[in-house]
Amino acid sequence: MIELNRRSVSALIWILLLALPYWLPWVGGYQELGTRVLIMALAAMSLNFLLGFTGVLSFGHAAYFGLGAYGVAMSLKFIAPSTPLGILVGVLTGTLAAAIIGALIVRLRGVYFAMVTIAFGQVFYFIAFRWNDVTGGDDGLGGWRRQPLDFGFAQIDILGNDKAFYYLVLVLFALAVGVMAALLRAPFGRTLLAIRENERRARFLGIPVELHIWLSFVISCLFVSLAGTLYALLSNFTDPRALRWDMSGNFVIIAVLGGMRSFWGPLIGAAIFVVLQDYISSQTENWMSFIGLFFVLVVLFFPRGVLGIIRRRVSS
Amino acid sequence: MTQLILFDVFNGLIVGAFYALMALGLSLILNLSGVINFAHGGFLALGAYFAYTMMPYTGFWGALLIAPVLTAIVGLIVEWALIRRLYGRDPLYSLLLTFGLAYIFEDGTRFIWGPQSLPYSVPNWLNTPLSTDFFFLTGYRLFMVLLVVVAVIGLFIILRRTRLGMRIRAGTLDLDTVSVLGVNVRLLRSLNFGLGIYLAGLAGVLAAGMLGLQPTIGTSLIMPSFVAIIVGGLGSLPGTLLGGLLIGVASGVVTVFFSSASEAVIYVMMAVVLLVRPRGLLGEEGRLQ
Repeated sequence: MIELNRRSVSALIWILLLALPYWLPWVGGYQELGTRVLIMALAAMSLNFLLGFTGVLSFGHAAYFGLGAYGVAMSLKFIAPSTPLGILVGVLTGTLAAAIIGALIVRLRGVYFAMVTIAFGQVFYFIAFRWNDVTGGDDGLGGWRRQPLDFGFAQIDILGNDKAFYYLVLVLFALAVGVMAALLRAPFGRTLLAIRENERRARFLGIPVELHIWLSFVISCLFVSLAGTLYALLSNFTDPRALRWDMSGNFVIIAVLGGMRSFWGPLIGAAIFVVLQDYISSQTENWMSFIGLFFVLVVLFFPRGVLGIIRRRVSS
Repeated sequence: MTQLILFDVFNGLIVGAFYALMALGLSLILNLSGVINFAHGGFLALGAYFAYTMMPYTGFWGALLIAPVLTAIVGLIVEWALIRRLYGRDPLYSLLLTFGLAYIFEDGTRFIWGPQSLPYSVPNWLNTPLSTDFFFLTGYRLFMVLLVVVAVIGLFIILRRTRLGMRIRAGTLDLDTVSVLGVNVRLLRSLNFGLGIYLAGLAGVLAAGMLGLQPTIGTSLIMPSFVAIIVGGLGSLPGTLLGGLLIGVASGVVTVFFSSASEAVIYVMMAVVLLVRPRGLLGEEGRLQ
């Protein structure tokens, strides 16, 4: 019964996402907002792979998100005007950085792991901020555009057609989410859960805990940098704010808000957060206070997230 | 040239002293309560703005005495109302909460005192250079270093010699046992939090005279403070102090040769330390697991 339920929920989510460009205007949204929700959801779901399913708190995922964004921007601007190549460059940059930094920090745990990830996140912020000639510094990196996809036999105009770009994002989102779901169902994913539940026991069972945490970190950062490339492509622009610490905080709050223990939670969290942020920042200059207040309220009253609450209601 | 190098190194030392003051407060709270206080920079800014507001009435010295205490009181209220609820839970939650508070503090100070940089006056006799050759050696800078030294010595005396300090140190090692021995752990955590925030407020009052007073003053100091804790060694207060001074001087030295890397260099240091000695320079064995 529950299994059937879960499957129908998944189906419902996919139908809603597929039809999103057609129902979004009816509820007062606009296409870019929908695409942004999906991108933030991808970022938060990738973070949740590490946070919710491996039990490791990273507060510096914006670094890899931003590396993806800068990777795609620089590739399109300086190397070749090809969107797929740009995405590839962005993802590789982010993943490589994650592999190196991950190796440095896998031995830390808990609060200390979080603190080191926060601190490391700032390196790339300062590089982007200071290296004016290449990154454009504080002004950001513009002067490039995402290019139409060319399959030889057909062209898809993702530049001029917002809906087409949304569907590109949706396809990549589906791929990423599919891979993560498959990994979590595989023995590898079960091992991650085991580490989350009881690291010491997992270690005694002979599981190479550090290796698994490192792999989980790298996989998580791979998909976060994918989200970062899409984020830059969405606005044809990127700036240092894409890799600053407040972005990392946004990912974590989205995951928590939706429900860390559930696979789809971050998607719901992203929908709530992005729409709320969009609305508040259009209403008041002091949006930071409201977002801050939102963080406090979520922590105090919804620590299990929206899905956590629903699940508890259902089971009781 | 020598003057220039000395200037930047000395600057680095002062900035490092701020990092150390801030990082010591962060460390106190982290070690005893397991809370990463992201809002620490916000408290620092609050201290600076309190001092600015009361200066016309109390003068610089009065502000220096009162503003950190007021900041600590705000800290105690925040701890009592919000942070206290999250002890013993996943550190994720306190991190997110203080993260939200950091937003509120930054935006709140901007709302109350305005986004522009405010004129922050220090006594005139402190602001004149002591010698013409070493133009950067103003009395204020020396005074800041001196005061940081006094504050740090004071902190270590509190921790070594008083009952409160002893309990804080014991609680850092094993809070359950301290609790069983009849110490009011709630109160201990509150006082410890207040002490940490007092240091942030003090750093704020001093820093505003040198770095200029604007709402982002705290945000720019908090990241290096994290680095100071990691470099110096998790769980070790002398290590934190050392880490703060070290990264301050390092970024000062780098400023001389390659100024645009002055921020990045401290993260390189952190990476090296993590690679060679993951527990930090003076960190205790076994703190990481």
